[in-house]
Amino acid sequence: MSQLANKPGHAAETAPDPIELLRMMMLIRRFEEKAAEMYARGKIKGFLHLYIGQEAIAAGAIAALRDDDYLVTSYREHGHALARGLEPGRVMAELFGRETGVTGGRGGSMHLIDSSKAFMGGYAIVAGHMPLACGLALAEQYKGTDRIAVCFFGDGAVNEGEFHEALNLASVWKLPVLFICENNLYGMGTDVRRVSAVIEIYKRVPEAYAMQATQVDGMDVLAVHDAVSEAAERIRRGDGPVFLEMICYRFRGHSMADAEHYRDKDEISVWRNLDPIKQLTEKLRADGGLQDAQLDSLTSDVEGVVNDAARFADESPEPPLESLRLHVYKDAADA
Amino acid sequence: MPEITYREAIRQALRYQLQNDERVFLMGEDIGAYGGSYAVTKGFLEEFGPKRVKDTPIAESVIAGAGIGAAMAGLKPMVELMTINFSLLAIDQIVNNASKLHYMSNGQINVPLVIRMAGGAGSQLGAQHSHSLESWYAHVPGLKVACPATPYDAKGLLMTAFDDENPVIFIEHTALYTLKGEVPDEPYRVAFGKVDVMREGTDVTIIGYGGSVWQCFRAAKTLETEGVSAEVLNLRTLNPLDTDGILASVRKTNRAIVVEDDWEFGGFGGEIAALIQEHAFDDLDAPVLRIAGADIPMPYNGRLEQAALPQEAEIVRAVKEMV
Ligand SMILES: Cc1ncc(C[n+]2csc(CCOP(=O)(O)OP(=O)(O)O)c2C)c(N)n1
Ligand SMILES: [Mg+2]
Repeated sequence: MSQLANKPGHAAETAPDPIELLRMMMLIRRFEEKAAEMYARGKIKGFLHLYIGQEAIAAGAIAALRDDDYLVTSYREHGHALARGLEPGRVMAELFGRETGVTGGRGGSMHLIDSSKAFMGGYAIVAGHMPLACGLALAEQYKGTDRIAVCFFGDGAVNEGEFHEALNLASVWKLPVLFICENNLYGMGTDVRRVSAVIEIYKRVPEAYAMQATQVDGMDVLAVHDAVSEAAERIRRGDGPVFLEMICYRFRGHSMADAEHYRDKDEISVWRNLDPIKQLTEKLRADGGLQDAQLDSLTSDVEGVVNDAARFADESPEPPLESLRLHVYKDAADA
Repeated sequence: MPEITYREAIRQALRYQLQNDERVFLMGEDIGAYGGSYAVTKGFLEEFGPKRVKDTPIAESVIAGAGIGAAMAGLKPMVELMTINFSLLAIDQIVNNASKLHYMSNGQINVPLVIRMAGGAGSQLGAQHSHSLESWYAHVPGLKVACPATPYDAKGLLMTAFDDENPVIFIEHTALYTLKGEVPDEPYRVAFGKVDVMREGTDVTIIGYGGSVWQCFRAAKTLETEGVSAEVLNLRTLNPLDTDGILASVRKTNRAIVVEDDWEFGGFGGEIAALIQEHAFDDLDAPVLRIAGADIPMPYNGRLEQAALPQEAEIVRAVKEMV
């Protein structure tokens, strides 16, 4: 099997760099704010699902993984893509539908893919990507590598049949998969409590799937990082899949089309006080690990990256019409 | 050349792949310890071991999805969904993921996956076990669909399916597993998108695929005794479709009739009829006809079931009215 085995990737940092985590969360936040602005200006069309409020999960989790660990995500995945190191300009260009986008304008906001970075895609069918994570993990188990697959999904996915099928198979075959449920308390406008028989989602898992499961504060990037490091290590050892439920909140609507009739202002403001960026900033300041000047430079650095990304996207060409039918099938002509 | 069954022909292709490509593994419900519900993989678990031959839970979506994921990671999985009826529980994976990833990823990812399933009716299995849904899969850009009708095609098309870089839906007809035919021992390929002219003729082209090919073939023999020379086309693959091969035959015979097991309404025959009238209208001496399955859920009763499926006598009658 040696010819199938992958080269080992970079080892993940065991100790997180809090400034880097802060910078990544700030980048995601500013990127999303810019995307909202570009949507309002008609530069971005279709569905746009912002990640604002949930930044700690993508930033903390992905920093705790190896660069070659596979990621598969839902459609709310700009943050995961940026955290995995996809170029902000090419991600923004994809949102604009441009030729320079990560998938050349074919995928759009919900289907960011960069296989060279093991970012295996954003998927827009709720829970439909969970079986793929099993397959990616199965392939690595088959090849005998210690690469793992990490699957991000929402609280809405857990009532789908594909969730059940994926967790069961992963456990039966001891697949190297990390399941990360981003429980932001709502699936579109539906409160988890109205549609889930067991509201504390992680509690379903050990009994039903004989899989280790933990609940994590998804607004605390360091807690996320720790939980994912530990889980990834366990999975890499060959001890089977792990399930993490990250409790979090999205500060914006489900998508740009959401009028948010289903949740009240008080609830939103309670959660805004738990803003992951604010929490980490305050903690670092209190510890003396972050000076004002450093924060200013992070802010302006991120601002520059995001403005450059938007300019790059705006200046990029549309995909040529002649490319319409390219890549339906892979064949000799489809180089 | 040795004569073997359709089942044995499929087994030969699978064994060849397992022996010659370490990226190939098989997974599906009861393909290992049980030996396959149609005994296609009998003995494979013992021969190749549990890493290459995986028994799965009854969970079609994750079987297909895990196959797709493994293919994305560079392996060449063959997943068996038992029958086309159960593939409906995997249709999200097949249609939303397998068929689209190459395009959505702008060519970065591809899914070299073979999905085998048995299809068709005729064994009194009732409405939920008698589907012919091949046109649904053929409808989806990004998928290829093969429907072998002979042992020779079964082995050769399956070999080609494994060479393909795209997801291939491989639909075996349940009534054909025991059919015998000449099959070379050595590996060979049957090209996708090339019809097999099973019988040459000059008066009418009878077009079939999978199980219906044999109704066409028998009808052509009967017609010969009545002085009508029928050409029989076995499509072999629905997607890609050999449009040139179909049109060339119709331009020669000036008449066409499509025989299909699936429902007539919205079925595959309509596609072929449209193709012919768009490109060979002036060559036609008669309207293109369809002999298809009745538009009903399949009844259990044997006489009713046969009445719902295309019959040789119907084809003969229709052709005689045409010529
Ligand atoms: C199978 C399926 N059903 C319905 C939808 C429509 N839909 C899109 S997002 C969504 C809510 C999903 O909520 P959740 O999984 O909690 O993710 P979140 O949006 O909160 O990140 C729904 C119902 C869909 N995309 N796929
Ligand atoms: Mg949610």
